[in-house]
Amino acid sequence: MTFAAELPAWAALLTAALVLLGAGLAFTGSLGLLRFSSFYERVHAPTLATTLGAGCVLIASMIFFSVLQTRPVVHEILIAIFLALTTPVTLMLLVRAALFRDRVEGRTYDEAKTRALPTVKNAPGPGRLAPIQAEPNELPPTRHPDNGDEHDYR
Amino acid sequence: MSRWLPFPLLSAGLLTMWLLLNQTVAVGHILLGAALALCIAWGTRAVQPSKTRLRRLGAIIRLFFVVLGDIIRSNAAVTWIILRPGQRRGTSSFVDIPLELRNPYGLAVLACIITSTPGTLWAGFDSATGVVTVHILDLIDENAWFDIIKGRYERLLLEIFE
Amino acid sequence: MTANVLLGSLTIAQVLVALAMAGATFRMLRGPRAQDRVLGLDTLYVNAILLLLIFGIRSGSTVYFEAALVIAVLGFVATAALAKFLMRGEVIE
Repeated sequence: MTFAAELPAWAALLTAALVLLGAGLAFTGSLGLLRFSSFYERVHAPTLATTLGAGCVLIASMIFFSVLQTRPVVHEILIAIFLALTTPVTLMLLVRAALFRDRVEGRTYDEAKTRALPTVKNAPGPGRLAPIQAEPNELPPTRHPDNGDEHDYR
Repeated sequence: MSRWLPFPLLSAGLLTMWLLLNQTVAVGHILLGAALALCIAWGTRAVQPSKTRLRRLGAIIRLFFVVLGDIIRSNAAVTWIILRPGQRRGTSSFVDIPLELRNPYGLAVLACIITSTPGTLWAGFDSATGVVTVHILDLIDENAWFDIIKGRYERLLLEIFE
Repeated sequence: MTANVLLGSLTIAQVLVALAMAGATFRMLRGPRAQDRVLGLDTLYVNAILLLLIFGIRSGSTVYFEAALVIAVLGFVATAALAKFLMRGEVIE
């Protein structure tokens, strides 16, 4: 651990502050994942870690290695771009899947029973043929042979 | 131009990615990365993505900083919601917002902006009516969100894409 | 002195991210529903990326960067496939 001593004080302190901030945001996001009571609230929590949390740690890493190697090290930007592009996609897919499943199971309110779920396109509404009409536990047994009788995979 | 370089932005992005991954600006790597970028752009032509034109560089830069500021602000807001003891003031709810934006790329960018800002989530879009469903974690005033999404993001996106 | 400050805050950051991973794992194991588990997995891999980056700063080597990039790519594909599975009951149609 001799390299840390080679760093000028401003770079070391800046790296320390940014890493702490990023880790704190990641921790808070995870805390929200545990604290919130319904799924649609919980989906908001991890975005803390993926936006500003990851951003802070990546900038800290960029500053640290640029100063340590005395040349610009910016390849962390790749992870930043990748996370910025992929997290919204996964979260949107997840929310749509959750809305779809709630709809299939006939829930019109969320788990906390506080508000109505919106109607969603592609969800099996009246007049629209659903890809899955059966309840998940009524799926044909050939679909999940490994699960034995446990077809209710929620 | 369009024959040899069908997607200039995509090719430039791929070349930059290659150089960042290899952490070099040597001539050999630039040539190799350029060849790769061109080949992938040609391959992409088979998918036939619809062409769009980006206009107003100034609006793009402004949108970037507006979104950056909003992300930082809403990170603080959501952190406060999670760490604050006791009950919350607002409720979380779905909100329907009618949009004028119809460009698919513009809508995709708007979806990414809304979802990657903590506290708001893109939950679906009806292309027939142009109504977007957004889930909001801490809803106090519905009209404030209308103003943010329509006034702040959609106006800039309309400038850029249409 | 500043080196010790940096090392100390790196340790604290590692503990915080590890706790965040524990929380995500709890959500993944406990559910209560399948979408919560997938969300837990998503959070878990993002926190794993952060942990690897902090390891990289700690050891002063850029090797961890490649591992973090691979986790980012694979994690995205995994979550997208799982969300698709929840929607349709199968991944490849």
